[in-house]
Amino acid sequence: MGVLGQSIKRREDPRLITGEAKYLDDLQMAGMAHAAILRSPFAHAKIKSIKTERAAALPGVIGVFTGKDFMELNPLPCAWAAGGVENHLNTPRCLEPDRVTHTGMGVAVVVAQDRYTAEDALALIEVDWEPLPVVTNAKKATEAGAPQLHENAPKNIECEWQCGDAAATDAALKSADVVIKQQIINQRLIPTAMEPRGCVARYDSAADEYTVWATAQAPHVMRLITTAFVFGIPETKMRVISPQVGGGFGAKIYLYPEYVLVIALSKKIGRAVKWMETRRENYVATTHGRDHITEVEIGAKKDGSITGLRVHTYANMGGILSTIAPGIPTTLYGRLLSGPYKIPHIYCHVLNVYTNTGMVDAYRGAGRPEATYVLERAMDWVADALGMDPVQVRRKNFIPSNEFPYTPADNILAGLAYDSGDYTKTLDKALAMLDYKDFREEQAAARKQGKYLGVGFSSYIELCGVAPSAWIGLPNQGWGAGLWESANIRMHLTGKVVVTTGSQSHGQGHETTMAQIVADQLGIPVDDVIVQHSDTLGTPFGYGSYGSRSGAVGGIAVYRAAERIKEKAKRLAAHMLEANVQDLIYEDGKVMVKGVPAKAKTIQEIALQSAVGYSLPQGMEPFLDETSYYDPPNCTYPFGTHICIVEVDAQTGKTKILRYIAVDDVGNVINPMIVDGQVHGGIAQGVAQALYEGAVYDDNGQLVSGSLMDYAVPTAAMLPSYETARTVTPSPVNPLGVKGAGETGTIASTPAVVNAVMDALKPFGVKHIDMPLTPEKVWRAMHTNGGMS
Amino acid sequence: MYPAPFEYYAPKSVGEALSLLSQNADAKILAGGHSLLPLMKLRLAQPAALIDIGKITDLYGISDMGNTISLGALTTHHDVEHSGVLRRECPLLPEVASHIGDRQVRNRGTLGGSLAHADPAADYPAAMLALGAHIEVQGTGGKRSISADDLFTGLLQTSLNVNELIVSVRVPKTNAKGQSVAYAKFPHPASRYAIAGVAVWVKLENDQVSDVRVGVTGAADHAQRAKKTEDALKGKALNNDAIAAAAKLAADGLKTLGDVYASADYRAHLVNTLTAQALSAAQARAHGM
Repeated sequence: MGVLGQSIKRREDPRLITGEAKYLDDLQMAGMAHAAILRSPFAHAKIKSIKTERAAALPGVIGVFTGKDFMELNPLPCAWAAGGVENHLNTPRCLEPDRVTHTGMGVAVVVAQDRYTAEDALALIEVDWEPLPVVTNAKKATEAGAPQLHENAPKNIECEWQCGDAAATDAALKSADVVIKQQIINQRLIPTAMEPRGCVARYDSAADEYTVWATAQAPHVMRLITTAFVFGIPETKMRVISPQVGGGFGAKIYLYPEYVLVIALSKKIGRAVKWMETRRENYVATTHGRDHITEVEIGAKKDGSITGLRVHTYANMGGILSTIAPGIPTTLYGRLLSGPYKIPHIYCHVLNVYTNTGMVDAYRGAGRPEATYVLERAMDWVADALGMDPVQVRRKNFIPSNEFPYTPADNILAGLAYDSGDYTKTLDKALAMLDYKDFREEQAAARKQGKYLGVGFSSYIELCGVAPSAWIGLPNQGWGAGLWESANIRMHLTGKVVVTTGSQSHGQGHETTMAQIVADQLGIPVDDVIVQHSDTLGTPFGYGSYGSRSGAVGGIAVYRAAERIKEKAKRLAAHMLEANVQDLIYEDGKVMVKGVPAKAKTIQEIALQSAVGYSLPQGMEPFLDETSYYDPPNCTYPFGTHICIVEVDAQTGKTKILRYIAVDDVGNVINPMIVDGQVHGGIAQGVAQALYEGAVYDDNGQLVSGSLMDYAVPTAAMLPSYETARTVTPSPVNPLGVKGAGETGTIASTPAVVNAVMDALKPFGVKHIDMPLTPEKVWRAMHTNGGMS
Repeated sequence: MYPAPFEYYAPKSVGEALSLLSQNADAKILAGGHSLLPLMKLRLAQPAALIDIGKITDLYGISDMGNTISLGALTTHHDVEHSGVLRRECPLLPEVASHIGDRQVRNRGTLGGSLAHADPAADYPAAMLALGAHIEVQGTGGKRSISADDLFTGLLQTSLNVNELIVSVRVPKTNAKGQSVAYAKFPHPASRYAIAGVAVWVKLENDQVSDVRVGVTGAADHAQRAKKTEDALKGKALNNDAIAAAAKLAADGLKTLGDVYASADYRAHLVNTLTAQALSAAQARAHGM
């Protein structure tokens, strides 16, 4: 058995668990200065003037700058405008010179010999503000009389986007026996990576080059958009390095104002400059996720078959656009609204809306959790309305396993088709783990004793392994580049292998899984393979890690580079063995003549010969060094069913998760332990949305949940033990048959938990409660709708 | 996370600490630092000087005084939680301490610091009220003893004078037959502070409640006793009906606070619910259940 599919221990872990790994804040260099940023206390205000003299005079201060000092730099680019529609883009500058549209925007910076001095000096800067009216709710922001944030965006609408067929969906809803209409809110979340963001930049005046260290999930992309779009210099003049990155969840994909600022400062003051975000800054200035207000209409026949789904969503963008914000609630949301179901007609209408709140962009799952939440709540409403079992409604509408590749209705997936699936199989496996019948009996008995148990189901699909460049690119879905991935493999003279990848690891375990792919392909020990990443110097260009794409796109680039190594090795072996290349096979790390195992050369022998070059076939270049740029022909579509069982305390409204079952199908699995870890972490974040987390702005645009004292990221003690299992339906999209596992847990778990609580509250007649399902909300719902028993 | 500049002193005696306190306007006493330092890091507190009392050996230790137990002001929550004498003779305190924050907080945070800070959602105040504890304080003018009932006066306010320092806390032994204690808490999911917390001490004679104290924290701007509940129980048998009837009065007259997580109404409901839970737990313990 090969090393592929084995739970080998993560090679990254020893340095992480012993504290040896070097994170951004561990970087020290001679003469390094420290930056602190003055941030807007207002959610919407004009800057009338800024006086910096007193701050500049403080001993230890190197310089104080405002937005006016950086007007030669362009605003940050928006790299993903919603596809096919007019977008009214507004993006931040490194410091805002005139006006702010959310609290926490930077308006001045102090550079000092140490951070303490820089912070002391911030207090001496005087800003004359002219506060403007504020709107924080995306629906209200589009109404008449709402404060206007940007001149180019009437009614604060960044764009109006749609997919599907409005007329056909209207007709489908009319033909239904039952139509359920409900407004639901997918609340704003704060990603809360354990490591906040940071940046160190050093400018080399002799070479006119920058070296930048940043907490970046996509260092190549960050370099490209910083140089070409903001500074107007060749990308070859900058090197970007991501040191060890302590969690990203999407929020570290983007180019942020502070990075541009620190890079510009390094040249201005001629010293290395460091800025490391505090948690308080992290909460106001790093992107948030979700924040949808959605009106859902779903229609079904008496037998439970869905006739149509109409969705209208106000997607909050925040006060200004983050790097890929408009693409998330459009392409990655609306296009996924068929989920695992065969829905005849779908129409989705989205308004991306500016409000005086922090920037919103992709957060683990990015659009797909929001779509799944809409659909999985709606399936339960249908079951309720028809008096059917929620499992039956799901089963009734699943896309049958013999209908793949499946193209969702009304071209909502814009030409793509689901690759493979067997949705009944994951559902049945999950139900077997649950013992559904027993549970319903236990639930009925418990209710008689005033104990409220509930079960929630969530069947889902994900679109991951993003994405075919031609599909997601500018002419189609609006993404401002490609989305292929790259890898290079070099086999050195001693047979040791170095893999470089354009992909970026910030917790996913690339150094382990990509080594497994190469070791398996080449038939060599995993320990002979090292994987290098996260430095634009020495790795091929790549688009970075997000969208569960590192395995299904980056991993395939690695696989194909290894194939090329094998091909060249075979040609060289043919020369060494004086055989025909057609007669050779590559097996167990050796090239051998078919049927004559004794006539063989090991890959190490071939690598040596290739490296020294003493005797090569005519025209062959020395060295085993191969690169692949892999553009996937389709995305991949993992799926599964999650089941949650809860008990709701009638006295306090507090929810306790009693069991959590997750059956996922992520295609073939490279390292089961790493996939389990991804699933566990994903479920934790999804449960967090259902029960605990919610970013709250008050009417003045102040972030009320502005610290970890208020914003409830759950600890291990607040989460259940997970019962996980898998089915395996390989993806036909790529040669490894892998799909992706980074976001499935987050996508599936939120509705499973909410559905379970609603099931528990059925005796009280409660139809819906918006998340997070805090004890008070649940307790109130129990009182308002049904009264306490 | 970068405090403003401050002077730092580390006196070796209470007298030295008190004279530093009187010499430095706008100075703050630093004990475990688990409330003060976070505020300073956010620059919400910017004291001109910190007087670190950690080197004053007199302020440490848990002592059996006969009828009472004395705890030095610098006793950590961890030491309260794990003290053998407290677990035997005054089990309410270890129980309450085990609910405070997390392990890191309990290792550093101190009893005296918590009481002096008087966070409205801290756990100890409820226990102090239920136990009828006495807070021993020392100032430049001498020593005095403050009853727990008189200590908490408002939001982050105590009856300590400006230049006074908590030296120790004296709690009664509650292990005699017929006495029982319990603590019920509803923590905030992020901060672990009490949305509401109720500590009870009950004394039973001939199966009737001869005395009872109920301390409520978290719900109002400062910890207070639920005197209506206490009065309703006195002279009654401690049974389920009596508990249910008395617990309904716990929030009566209490000015509960509301925030994003829990409204004032819900807090009042929790106070009543937790009072019933704590009394039931005390009842079960009293009857050896």
